Amino acid sequence: MPPISFTVNGKRETVNVTPDTPLLWVLRDTLGLTGTKFGCGIAQCGACTVHLDGVATRTCVLPVSAVAGKRVTTIEGLSKNRSHAVQRAWIEEDVPQCGYCQSGQIMAAAALLAKTPHPTDADIDTAMTNICRCGTYQRIRAAIHRAAQGA
Amino acid sequence: MSAAPEITRRDFLEAASVAGAGLVIGFHLPATGRGRPAAVAAPFAPNAWLRINSDESILVVVDRSEMGQGVTTSLPMLLAEELEADWSKIRIEFAPADKAYVNPMFGMQGTGGSTSVRAAYTPLRKAGAAAREMLLSAAAETWGVEKSTCRAEQGAVIHTPSNRRLTYGTLVVKAATVPLPHDVPLKEPKDWKILGTRVKRLDSPPKVDGSAQFGIDVKAPGMLVAVIARSPVFGGKVQSFDAAKAKAVPGVKHVVQISTGVAIVADGYWSAKKGRDALTVTWDEGPTASASSVTISQLFSQKAEQTGAVARHDGDAQGALPGAATKLDAAYELPFLAHATMEPMNCTAHVRPDGVDIWAPTQFQTGAQGLGAGIGGVPPEKVKVHTTYLGGGFGRRFELDFIKEALETSKATGAPVKVVWSREDDIRNAQYRPASYHRFQAGLDASGQPVAWTHRVVAPSIMARVFPDTVKNGLDQEAVEGGVGMPYAVPNVHVDYVLTDTGIPVGFWRSVNNSYNGFAVETFIDELAHAAKKDPYEYRRDLLGKAPRHLGVLNLAASKAGWGTPLPAGRARGIAVYKAFESFVAEVAEVSVGSDGAPRVHRVVCAVDCGPVVNPDIVEAQMQSAIVYGLTAALWGEITIDKGRVQQSNFHDYRMLRLAEMPVVEVHIVPSTDAQGGVGEPGTPPIAPAVCNALFVLTGKRIRKLPIGKMA
Repeated sequence: MPPISFTVNGKRETVNVTPDTPLLWVLRDTLGLTGTKFGCGIAQCGACTVHLDGVATRTCVLPVSAVAGKRVTTIEGLSKNRSHAVQRAWIEEDVPQCGYCQSGQIMAAAALLAKTPHPTDADIDTAMTNICRCGTYQRIRAAIHRAAQGA
Repeated sequence: MSAAPEITRRDFLEAASVAGAGLVIGFHLPATGRGRPAAVAAPFAPNAWLRINSDESILVVVDRSEMGQGVTTSLPMLLAEELEADWSKIRIEFAPADKAYVNPMFGMQGTGGSTSVRAAYTPLRKAGAAAREMLLSAAAETWGVEKSTCRAEQGAVIHTPSNRRLTYGTLVVKAATVPLPHDVPLKEPKDWKILGTRVKRLDSPPKVDGSAQFGIDVKAPGMLVAVIARSPVFGGKVQSFDAAKAKAVPGVKHVVQISTGVAIVADGYWSAKKGRDALTVTWDEGPTASASSVTISQLFSQKAEQTGAVARHDGDAQGALPGAATKLDAAYELPFLAHATMEPMNCTAHVRPDGVDIWAPTQFQTGAQGLGAGIGGVPPEKVKVHTTYLGGGFGRRFELDFIKEALETSKATGAPVKVVWSREDDIRNAQYRPASYHRFQAGLDASGQPVAWTHRVVAPSIMARVFPDTVKNGLDQEAVEGGVGMPYAVPNVHVDYVLTDTGIPVGFWRSVNNSYNGFAVETFIDELAHAAKKDPYEYRRDLLGKAPRHLGVLNLAASKAGWGTPLPAGRARGIAVYKAFESFVAEVAEVSVGSDGAPRVHRVVCAVDCGPVVNPDIVEAQMQSAIVYGLTAALWGEITIDKGRVQQSNFHDYRMLRLAEMPVVEVHIVPSTDAQGGVGEPGTPPIAPAVCNALFVLTGKRIRKLPIGKMA
């Protein structure tokens, strides 16, 4: 197993795992970054969303070998002290219920806003396909609009 | 339940000393549920609810599981109100398994049935009031003034005449020497500062930065991760297995047989899963291997011809039916449903000769503790249950199956083991919301008024599995909840129940049996309204004269929804009202049907009367959440069986509502001083009938079988 190197939250990491291991499990089991969640294993729910070179990416089906040399940002690295506009808006709107999907929702929302700073409802509908079983969608939409105003 | 030792001044001092100069208030809840402040066993804490520290922080021990319903905020609010606490100083910790934390509405330490706030409403306020009085006494003694000249405010005691002020943190050592007062009067709602307000959730910050610890995030030193190969058929057993290929997978450490199958134990989830993929198991599939949804459906309709166990009998419905001017006869059918919590089932356990640790996202702490004692061969007090955040519960985490697997696997390997389920494991190995069949007959007089109503419920019984003693003479009272409680004024009513086992395990699912009875009753009453050529809202209203809380929410929802006002072309409204868990909820759904035949719900107006409200923001969130849960099920939810196997496996074939499909939900709370109800579940039952009643207006097609699917 040749070691695989990539950057996680600004820090260079080198891991020795079988190359087909999904990035999700490398983050969680190897690097101890458990903020990124396992929900379905087939890229349906988005709980495992991180930024890969700035793009929202579902990691449960992404082999770690495909990440070599790339830049990964997880929920833990999104900001210091929950200061990202999306995180502040999430707290302001009290979005989370059980909270399990929210890391993925926040990473998806942050990527949307980075690309489209003032999204319409239709933009939000298209970008936010992550599943929330608590049904916090209405507050997610409100929080994204709030974050677009600078939270 | 043994009584906690009565507190003495000396015990309390010792306890305070052990705690590091904090004021500790514990509670003893007698089985009657009428709690009063009482003893703290030394060394302090296992049954404490509140500790005020000299650094001003206030630790509230939350003895219910946080699964999104907001108990980590609403329960501390109860304490903080009476304590006159500075809310910003509140910290929380989850309670261990202990008799002191038994849910007085259950007799076990568990979270469910929308009971948390109702059960805690009086005892936690009393605990806060007792602590406040002790702090007031300590300050008065310090200053040498009358206690009546002091007041408590924002985490401090103030001597009103002199405006001197001492913060709680500076008073705790002395306060711990004050005798615990009893029967302190509670504040009047008009004086509330925290209760009834939109206090922000305490669990939001850790849930937006990835730091909240869910069960699946637990890491114990030396921990291994296991996945379990389970029988594809319910109740099947391992006949034989060949572990050679699984053991050859890098990272796999052990392959051991446990009661539910074969555990593959590895250094991480991915290795364990690959090990399972490589494992060969021969199963003895057992008698359920022939079960299918088709045969279950046939069984239900046959059973509906039998006489059931009588659950309600008013007047003489059978006698009144033949003379009715209009007769209705309808059958409804609902499917099995999985919970699909976002966090798949998991549990970490460490079974040692001297004790057991269990880290679990569980709704049932004393159940986990008892299981740990049994499997570990140790007394219950040697079993520590560490409750994590729950990534959804919905009743699924009242079950102990995933905890048992972790305990057995740890025992077999000697290591701390985290068992993790895949989504496929979760969808295919649940205890499902019971499938059910409903046969109704009703008769109307010439003016359209109902004169007779019969409802036969045919369904498996959850209670027959979990608490069989509660099922008497074939009647599971919970299975007919909401059928028996049918609130409309009908002189002749007969409701009965035919307990029908199908071999498919059934369990608690958000709103439980109310989810099927609510659909059946609220759709059938709509059929009556249309048969009577009456407006469905007005028809209900006129039959709810003696059900004021039903009527209150019905009228509010109709009014806020603009019932009777024009809608854009292609849209229609439907209405439903239902009582569950002592709360009353009415919902009006605005619905259209797309060109592809798919129903689309645009707006839901919800009115709720849950009695005194602790946090209106959380009540609104729970209504939104319960509506999404019920709507998802109504539109697509269906677990089907073939050859004893669940045919669905993951979110691609067990579909979830997503953001783009979310209706606008408006929640209106009825100001109420009536008996308090729960809020986690009661929003679920009315949504399916409200949507289906709207679809009837649009299409003329009466939906009597869920899920709705496509209308084309």
